[in-house]
Amino acid sequence: MSRVVLVTGVSRYLGTRLAATLAEDPTVSRVIGVDTVPPPPAAAKALGRTEFVRADIRNPLIAKVIAQASVDTVVHMNVIATPLGAGGRTAMKEINVIGTMQLLAACQKAPSMRKLVVKSTTAIYGSSPRDPALFTEDVEPRSLPKSGYAKDAVEVEGYVRGFGRRRPDVTLSLLRFTNFIGPSIETPLTRYFSLPVVPTVLGFDPRIQLCHEDDGIEVLRRATVEEHPGIFNVGGHGIVLLSQGVRRLGRPSFPVPSPLVNVVARAFRSAGLVDFSPEQMRYLEHGRVADVSRLHAELGWGPRPTAEAFDDFAATRAGSRLLTDEDAEALEQRALALVSRVLPRGLTPTGALRG
Amino acid sequence: MAEPRTDPSGFAKVIPLAADRRGPVPVPEPEEPAAPASELEKKIATGLAFLRRRLTGDYEVDDFGFDPDLTDHVLLPPLRPLYDKWFRVETRGLENVPDVGGALVVANHSGTIPVDAVMTALALLDHHPAHRHLRMLGADLVFRMPVVAPIARKSGSTLACNADAERLMREGELVGVWPEGFKGIGKPFSERYKLQRFGRGGFVSAALRTGVPIIPCSIVGAEEIYPMIGNAKTLARLLGLPYAPITPTFPLLGPLGAVPLPSKWIIEFGEPIETASLGAAAADDPMLVFNLTDEVRETIQSTLYTLLMQRRSVFF
Repeated sequence: MSRVVLVTGVSRYLGTRLAATLAEDPTVSRVIGVDTVPPPPAAAKALGRTEFVRADIRNPLIAKVIAQASVDTVVHMNVIATPLGAGGRTAMKEINVIGTMQLLAACQKAPSMRKLVVKSTTAIYGSSPRDPALFTEDVEPRSLPKSGYAKDAVEVEGYVRGFGRRRPDVTLSLLRFTNFIGPSIETPLTRYFSLPVVPTVLGFDPRIQLCHEDDGIEVLRRATVEEHPGIFNVGGHGIVLLSQGVRRLGRPSFPVPSPLVNVVARAFRSAGLVDFSPEQMRYLEHGRVADVSRLHAELGWGPRPTAEAFDDFAATRAGSRLLTDEDAEALEQRALALVSRVLPRGLTPTGALRG
Repeated sequence: MAEPRTDPSGFAKVIPLAADRRGPVPVPEPEEPAAPASELEKKIATGLAFLRRRLTGDYEVDDFGFDPDLTDHVLLPPLRPLYDKWFRVETRGLENVPDVGGALVVANHSGTIPVDAVMTALALLDHHPAHRHLRMLGADLVFRMPVVAPIARKSGSTLACNADAERLMREGELVGVWPEGFKGIGKPFSERYKLQRFGRGGFVSAALRTGVPIIPCSIVGAEEIYPMIGNAKTLARLLGLPYAPITPTFPLLGPLGAVPLPSKWIIEFGEPIETASLGAAAADDPMLVFNLTDEVRETIQSTLYTLLMQRRSVFF
């Protein structure tokens, strides 16, 4: 079966990588990438036979593209997380919510449509101390996100569900990704972990679950070329505690008392260092872990464990480590040698007994 | 050089020489100082290895945030003297707790701060033949408080909700629950050893759904550690706490008031109540759940009275 796949948000990192992967797949006859800006020159080369259409999904023009190419599969990856990248919170909301509405309206009209894959986020579950340790796909979150990216994602999912009701013939895969990490991807979280001193919230140590970028692309690819209808949390098994992650990076952390957190966060935002929104600050307090067993069972495979994904990322940041594993081991050996030299043999407990 | 070693006739003379020659070459430095490793040295070595693991983040944490490395090496050791010397905890019926597989320990709650939960966990880790970690279920307040929240998660606690309890028990963990909650732990001293309402029976339905046995656990002694003779309600409301305790020593003696009274403790694990034969569907039968909840409550209450009769005095 030949496929015509349309990928939205193709000029951003994950969109480019997915389009490039799909372009190499012989079962996919055409890959059409849509975005408001052309992909960066380096990415354009990787895109291969992907056709790029410069269009705004907020514009009804997108319907024409879908109809003319008789697109049968749409991969919607244009829900963006960072207001800075979009040019402000208002523009971000426009792109996320209005863009999704327009895109889904166009999809609903297109008779050729067979499949819709949506990249969503586990951020829709929120972060609170009153939630179960692991979110399953059908859990009712105690506190719905009230702002930012997570709220957009909740609204996007609402429209996607509506679309699913109106077009039951279309296979719908809703993928809720945990935070991405990896050697090349840039997200607020990777920038945060790249800070020379990592600020944390005093008295909290959130559990963090991650998805390796390569595995995330593979999940998106399989959802596109195979049949996996349903809602899935996407991420690796297991967690890394924030403190543990910071130590694996060999970096110092700087605990900020929670009343000051917002001030510090604003300072970081205006300095252009890390774009953390208030709901992400709650994430730094309470963390969030999703149950990914449904995806792993469905695919018979799944993203690598969180700890492995994190170590892969940490390896690329190894240059700036203050304390490497080897240093720590050497220190331990030196301390041991010192101990055995300093301890007077006759006074050690066993020695005393023997003597 | 090789000849004398294979020559059986020169056995006694040659071997020590050869050993001297070969010995120092492959294992010189580490072997020499480590050879007379004393207890103290071993302790320092494990301590250093622990420090290195912590500094490089080289340890495992489960999905709930449970960090056994930290719990066993840092969180629990300072509590052992409290367990052994201060409260002189006596455990009974440890054989009622299974060696493997999921089980739900249900206990009475008292003592103003949840020392009883920690002592129960220590009893099962140190004195149960299988040295089991008790995964405690705590109120959401615990996970909202800075400093307390991460320690609670790292010591194996998680939020008291059916999803978490069932997940843990399905994974074969030993789960501990104190269904009286704040009503039990924050009750005035005059109501000591009078069990409060056992929540809404959520713990029973969790056990039914996972088919694990319920083990009633009765704790005597925790009521007297901080006898709560008053409750500063206005202050509690201000701080967002369920109660603000006033004891004979706190806040009168300041930080000294935080020292618990050295009551004598008994922790008794009762006969397990089997739930597997009732089936998971029984969890949706409210009448059955209420009855089972009452049964557990009555068992603990009557065991408490028996233990109190046997106790010679509060402190001995």
